Amino acid sequence: MAAAEDKKMFLVIESGNVAQPFRWSAGTYGSKFLTEIRDNKKFWGIKCPKCGKVYVPIRSVCGPCYAEMTELVPVSDEGNLITFSVVSFGFVDPSTGKQKPVPYGYAVIKLDGADSYLIHYIDETDPEKLKAGMRVRAVFEEDGKRTGSMMDIKHFELI
Amino acid sequence: MEPVAIVGVGMTKFERDRVRDTFGDLVFEACTRALDDAGMTIDDIDIVLTGSNDFFDGRTISSMAIMDACGSYDKNVSTVEGDGTFGAAHAVMRVLAGWGTCLYCAHHKGSESVMPLITNAMFDPIYERFLGIDSVTSAALQARAYMDRYGVTEEQCAQVSVKNHGNAFKNPYAQLPLQLTIEDVLASPYVADPIKLLDCCPISDGASAVVIAGAQRAKALDAKPAWVKGIGYNCDAYHLGDRDLSKVDALQAASKTAYAQAGISDPAKEVDLAEVHDTFTYLELMAIEGLGLCRMGEAGEFTAFGNTAQDGRLPVNASGGCISSNPVLVAGLNSIIECALQIRGDAGEHQVDGVKTAVAQGVNGPCGQSQCVWVLGGDE
Ligand SMILES: [Zn+2]
Repeated sequence: MAAAEDKKMFLVIESGNVAQPFRWSAGTYGSKFLTEIRDNKKFWGIKCPKCGKVYVPIRSVCGPCYAEMTELVPVSDEGNLITFSVVSFGFVDPSTGKQKPVPYGYAVIKLDGADSYLIHYIDETDPEKLKAGMRVRAVFEEDGKRTGSMMDIKHFELI
Repeated sequence: MEPVAIVGVGMTKFERDRVRDTFGDLVFEACTRALDDAGMTIDDIDIVLTGSNDFFDGRTISSMAIMDACGSYDKNVSTVEGDGTFGAAHAVMRVLAGWGTCLYCAHHKGSESVMPLITNAMFDPIYERFLGIDSVTSAALQARAYMDRYGVTEEQCAQVSVKNHGNAFKNPYAQLPLQLTIEDVLASPYVADPIKLLDCCPISDGASAVVIAGAQRAKALDAKPAWVKGIGYNCDAYHLGDRDLSKVDALQAASKTAYAQAGISDPAKEVDLAEVHDTFTYLELMAIEGLGLCRMGEAGEFTAFGNTAQDGRLPVNASGGCISSNPVLVAGLNSIIECALQIRGDAGEHQVDGVKTAVAQGVNGPCGQSQCVWVLGGDE
């Protein structure tokens, strides 16, 4: 740890509130996935023609098979809790620039009909009340408020 | 693999808020120490390789800012943006390609940026980043998955913090020696359960460097070589949701390659010392298992019996590990350097007796997405 004298003697140059804005394409499949959530509160997966694995979110390539996927399959908005964490250390939310209030829960979720997992918030913040294998369900943002992003899912809740 | 050796090593002391030094100062200090250790000057170096990350450094093509400090004027120089184990592997490849003797350095100043924002930016901006997930909270998901799968306890993870912070007292380069008990670790506040404050690595500033040479050059030097016996590296899926986080598939695959090259059939018996990625305590347990040093799910007990202590049967992180100093990217190079020093018998106060074969492990990407394993030995 630098001594207090070091901090007086040596200068640091602040970057200030510099932002580096980006515009990331969601692509054909990403747009479909997010649009279906926005307009119909519905999840879609995509099935690998080789190994049969169903991926969520949808994308064009099965990594292990290196095979192109085109077959969309419906996936439930309910599923199983795979693992979780209750976060008690606050951070500056990159999407709002504001400190996120703690505690809050993260969950890894396997939607019924999918083989890969989705990561999202879970509205339970007592780790004693969470256990792998529990049933969970997506809670969507209200009609008219969904914008076509993953934030259209407010969080998952225990059923 | 044709014989290649590490013939010189150098590192700075690792500290938080090292405001008196720029990136370049750190690189120059590490590189001159590595050259001195090899008994060389910069004129003896044919090619240079650097390791840095643009996000952490806050500048585009961050390597360009240290070109003077690493002595690359008029030389063939390139950069690996990844952990030091991967960077040093590329240095070995360049030596094997016949381009001469290579100076490789990596630098990091975690104190100059906001760690959660930078590690959040490694996640997919459309599907994961908005959650604010970062290196700590993603590790918490993995820790829970691993601990659930094998019934590993928080006490077993805490042993790693006690052991490695204690080892750091004997390493003058380590940042955070701490005298702890398991109760201290368990009583530290949760950051993201099951991970507590004393399960976590610190934020560190510093640099390290090595000189890597082919057999002919290595044998002509006065320096004691540490021979590269095997290197393996493997990558797993990027999206955390595409992986079973409790598994160590990429590490097992990388180990298999490295051990095959080194002619090791039973790592649990043939490896004398390991330096592994322990930025969070559970990761050391997963690494011990993934490296085949004990059976899957048994590293907690293996550690409890004292096997991995500095005076144990198979010391792990005798240097103090990443939990005592975690300069990102430099960390894996530090593991390689520690193995080289142990093999040479030059590890000072934390020297372990009779180290003939040592293993270093490094990690890139969220929750150990990419894994690199090095086997180093005393004989060509
Ligand atoms: Zn497939």
